[in-house]
Amino acid sequence: MPSIRIKPKLAVWKFASCDGCQLSLLDCEDELLAVAEAVTIANFPEASRHVINGPYDISLVEGSITTPHDAERIHKIRRMSKVLITIGACATSGGIQAIRNFNDVNEYISTVYPNPEYIETLSKSTPISDHVYVDFELYGCPINKYLLLEVLNAFLNERKPNIPNYCLCIECKRKGNICVMVAHGTLCLGPVTLAGCGAICPSYNRGCYSCFGPMNSPNTSSIAAQFEKMEIPKDEIVRFFRGFNAFSEPFRKESETYEK
Amino acid sequence: MKNKTIKVDYLARVEGEGGLFIKIKNDKIVESRFDIFEPPRFFEGFLKKRKFTEAPDITARICGICPVAYQMSSTHAMEQICGVKVDGPLRDLRRLLYCGEWIESHALHIFMLHAPDFLGYEDAIKMAGDYPEIVKNALQLKKIGNDLMIKLGGREIHPINVRVGGFYKVPEKKELEEFIAPLKWALATSLEAVDLVATFDFPDLERDYEFVSLRHPDEYPLCEGNIVSNKGIDIPNDKFLDFFEEYQVSHSTSLHSKVKKRGEYLVGPMARFHNNFDKLPPSARKAAKKVGLGKSCINPFKSIIVRALELVFSCEEALKIIKRYEPPEKPFVECLPKEGIGHGCTEAPRGMLYHRYKIDNDGIIKEARIIPPTSQNQKSIESDLQKFVEKNLHLSDKNITWHCEQTIRNYDPCISCSCHFLKLKINRE
Repeated sequence: MPSIRIKPKLAVWKFASCDGCQLSLLDCEDELLAVAEAVTIANFPEASRHVINGPYDISLVEGSITTPHDAERIHKIRRMSKVLITIGACATSGGIQAIRNFNDVNEYISTVYPNPEYIETLSKSTPISDHVYVDFELYGCPINKYLLLEVLNAFLNERKPNIPNYCLCIECKRKGNICVMVAHGTLCLGPVTLAGCGAICPSYNRGCYSCFGPMNSPNTSSIAAQFEKMEIPKDEIVRFFRGFNAFSEPFRKESETYEK
Repeated sequence: MKNKTIKVDYLARVEGEGGLFIKIKNDKIVESRFDIFEPPRFFEGFLKKRKFTEAPDITARICGICPVAYQMSSTHAMEQICGVKVDGPLRDLRRLLYCGEWIESHALHIFMLHAPDFLGYEDAIKMAGDYPEIVKNALQLKKIGNDLMIKLGGREIHPINVRVGGFYKVPEKKELEEFIAPLKWALATSLEAVDLVATFDFPDLERDYEFVSLRHPDEYPLCEGNIVSNKGIDIPNDKFLDFFEEYQVSHSTSLHSKVKKRGEYLVGPMARFHNNFDKLPPSARKAAKKVGLGKSCINPFKSIIVRALELVFSCEEALKIIKRYEPPEKPFVECLPKEGIGHGCTEAPRGMLYHRYKIDNDGIIKEARIIPPTSQNQKSIESDLQKFVEKNLHLSDKNITWHCEQTIRNYDPCISCSCHFLKLKINRE
């Protein structure tokens, strides 16, 4: 007897973020209709007002946790989701808004809002994995849309996603770029950054600023020592590590070393 | 049904998180609110102590839909402080990059987010079942915009090639010439889009808006020009805060904005169109006339036609720039920091985006102020809702709710930008 194939249900959720990572899905102009054939888009408010109730086979989660309400909401989403995949730097490391974690958030609130009492926020911006179990983390600010398709494809076919876990330098060399740091003395975080973007910055004559975040076991102290040798002031080294993945553990620790 | 509450908890097909709440008592609206509950991210807070050269990369992250707008407003503000004017091919390349963003963003909004409302679909994918050609063309248009951004910016979301003073790397002429054929197709498709969207049924709603936009003496505005309005404002961008002010309301994590002397105003395609009709290319003016649109449009539902006309402009402008392009000798103009205050005001696809920075002699940011288009439009959105509901109390709750959502989508609101999002509640007591 032929089995009836039920299309898996996909949900997309947003927390504190710029919407760019979920937009990556709509930016798959050549593949979007094929994706819509393969899954039922059950909850994706940015694209549709039609909502199908959970549970969901795959939840894509964008954004970081920054409010008491969101810290609750992510647990509900986890309970409704068979597989939960975080997409982007906000969801995987707290994002650019995690710069607040190194400062007093109350000072920020009063900088931005005349009536701070209306604003409810947590003192830190934290990644989703600080709150619930995450099945897979896709890095990037923003994510690479082709890697997103690969991750979806892998989970739909019950195989391991083929996502680079090596450093950007490998991708950069493979592209035939001249090393911007060696040849031009340009600051570059490539040696400690996950590959996956396509080494865009060095291809455009600028150093990597690590929007994909730290690779596995990065040697951040070695690259920082190199920056010191290049006579980069300490406050600039701190800022360099404190970018779009400021609160990822390796970058946080390295930036704190140079803050002292 | 004299009393009721209309409520939408989580508005769809907009960028960010928001809702809608309308309370009706004795057939009178006692409250209409466009709630924004996007978690605040405090960009203006953490921009302090960062280097002035970081502003374009950091502020781009405010919005994944219009990062170029943030990069353009911040770079122009910083260049104003450094006393640098970026001209010639570098200025052209910036306009070209912006055209890419307008094409991508407008195509996304017109076809994927807004058109489904008019044709009665919950989303573009369902619409694709009955109108495959339209959706296919829309995706192709969007892709051409994105491809331009990839070429000039390195990638379509949060481009990496923009810096204070220009770019890190500029393209060869032949790299841009590859866009001529796709852009010609995009221009023809945009002209067809104008005709198509003009056939939609538009709810009857007209308002006396104060239209605020940039105006440039020689061109349809993108990055430069005075801030003007149809009610007498005509000021350079450094006077913005003398004429406009922000205030906070409890139902929104986005600050509201008003003209100091008068109150609400509107930014975006309808405002640009009204203030700059004479600067549109002849093809766009002719297309407007053909579909019966005058030199102004005061029905917010018809903003979809104006957006399509701006698609025509963006394609024409991109073609014009590519044809005259000769690569500059250097990809950027050197910008040395000095203590001072700078203002940048440019036209994001959804409206005027204002930045103000104060930096010190080392180039460290001391103060940052960012006023995104959706913040500026919030009050106007609420007034549209109020007027629309007043005129349409006879409609069913389901129908009125959908139309209210559509009223908000007219603005292509970017709630991530304004640090907030939308929720709709209709309360008929």
